[in-house]
Amino acid sequence: MHFSSTYTVGFAAAVCVVCSVFVAGSAVALKERQELNALVDRQTQVLDVAGLRAAGEQLSAKEVRQRFRENLVARVIDLESGEYLPDVDPESVDMDAAMKDPELSTKAPDNPAKVLRVPKRGLVYELRGEGDQLEALILPVQGKGLWSTLKGFIALKPDTTTVAGLTFYSHAETPGLGGEVDNPKWKAEWPGREVFDEQWNPEIEVIKGQAGPPAEDPHRVDGLSGATITSRGVTHLIRFWVGEAGFGPYLAKVRAGAPSAPAGN
Amino acid sequence: MAKPKEIVLDPLFNENPIALQVLGVCSALAVTTKMETALVMSIAVIAVLVASNTAISAMRNRIPPSIRIIVQLTVIASLVIIVDQVLKAFLFEISKQMSVFVGLIITNCIVMGRAEAFAMQNGVRDSALDGLGNGLGYSLVLLVVGAFREVFGSGSFFGVQVLRTTTEGGWYQTNGLMVLAPSAFILIGLFIWVLRTLKPDQVESE
Repeated sequence: MHFSSTYTVGFAAAVCVVCSVFVAGSAVALKERQELNALVDRQTQVLDVAGLRAAGEQLSAKEVRQRFRENLVARVIDLESGEYLPDVDPESVDMDAAMKDPELSTKAPDNPAKVLRVPKRGLVYELRGEGDQLEALILPVQGKGLWSTLKGFIALKPDTTTVAGLTFYSHAETPGLGGEVDNPKWKAEWPGREVFDEQWNPEIEVIKGQAGPPAEDPHRVDGLSGATITSRGVTHLIRFWVGEAGFGPYLAKVRAGAPSAPAGN
Repeated sequence: MAKPKEIVLDPLFNENPIALQVLGVCSALAVTTKMETALVMSIAVIAVLVASNTAISAMRNRIPPSIRIIVQLTVIASLVIIVDQVLKAFLFEISKQMSVFVGLIITNCIVMGRAEAFAMQNGVRDSALDGLGNGLGYSLVLLVVGAFREVFGSGSFFGVQVLRTTTEGGWYQTNGLMVLAPSAFILIGLFIWVLRTLKPDQVESE
């Protein structure tokens, strides 16, 4: 069978048009659902680290959003000064995207967590209990492990040093070794540890081997066996984000009683 | 012309795309640490294979031979993107675990292999059945490998604990090799060995 060049070009064009209609159609039709999924996933992680979801508890998307709204306040902060930016809509802040945008981020100082750029605006969550009492701060953290960038949240008590929880929502470490950062047993090692020393320098460390109970050995956490580099990565990324280049100024303001929470929210 | 039943069933044992043709091994290593991901991957590949074979077969007399590979690839790539989008919308948790490997179905040699070797020469119905059969053959290996890897690597099956692991205070020391990709190679090797022992005609001549 012989096909003319015109036919060939026309056929190729037709295939492209038809295929792109299908691809674009599916992307547009499903976009809303996908974005909702991503939002609910992120909120679920925040609920987890804030201790608002029991282990293994299954929540529908609606329940997640409701529980999130009832207990947590999203705050946009200026990372450098640590002040609240009450006029900025939290929904508009995407720290991951900002880290790639030179307009919205600054170059990070050299750091072992291998964070290249720090966003100017940070999005944190505050857990408010009875009577608007601050119960915990939830900070996003990320940094390099062995294979991948670990992304997660750390929850700190209002004293800004005691850990209330730690969770990672995205990583690609070796399953069974570094991937054990997801293991609930290991995550349970964290609450009660202290990230800062007396001079407010980041001091927390994931060690090789076993650490003592939090009361006696507050700055050290059990290492993940067979995952030295992932363990070290976790140390570095927490130290970076609670430190001066990360949320340090904000945490200092929280300790000092400021930044004064804008009334209501 | 082969009977519909043979078209579907042959690729399971007689002409298994992984075991006999050794195609599509890459994804078989990546997504078989758990049954859940192996099953979803299987369904995704079956969907893509059936749809691509059907589409290519419907166009087979109109595709200019000079650009047929590109046309096949365009169709397959589009289908894979759609499957990926659907997974992200409806099975978000699992699609997160499978990450790039759904997108890599595009490079799964089984899909293009069947389009080129079967759908270009056969009718729409037979091509769809061929896609189904080969998808099932691929799934069979994936699920067998996934079952071994999850049970011995994590002590669970479809996420349900079957062997109490030492990390949970039980007796079973999980086999670390099983959660790493090389174990899939070994298991696929054993699968091929068993299959060729049962069916000696699959052994290549020296």
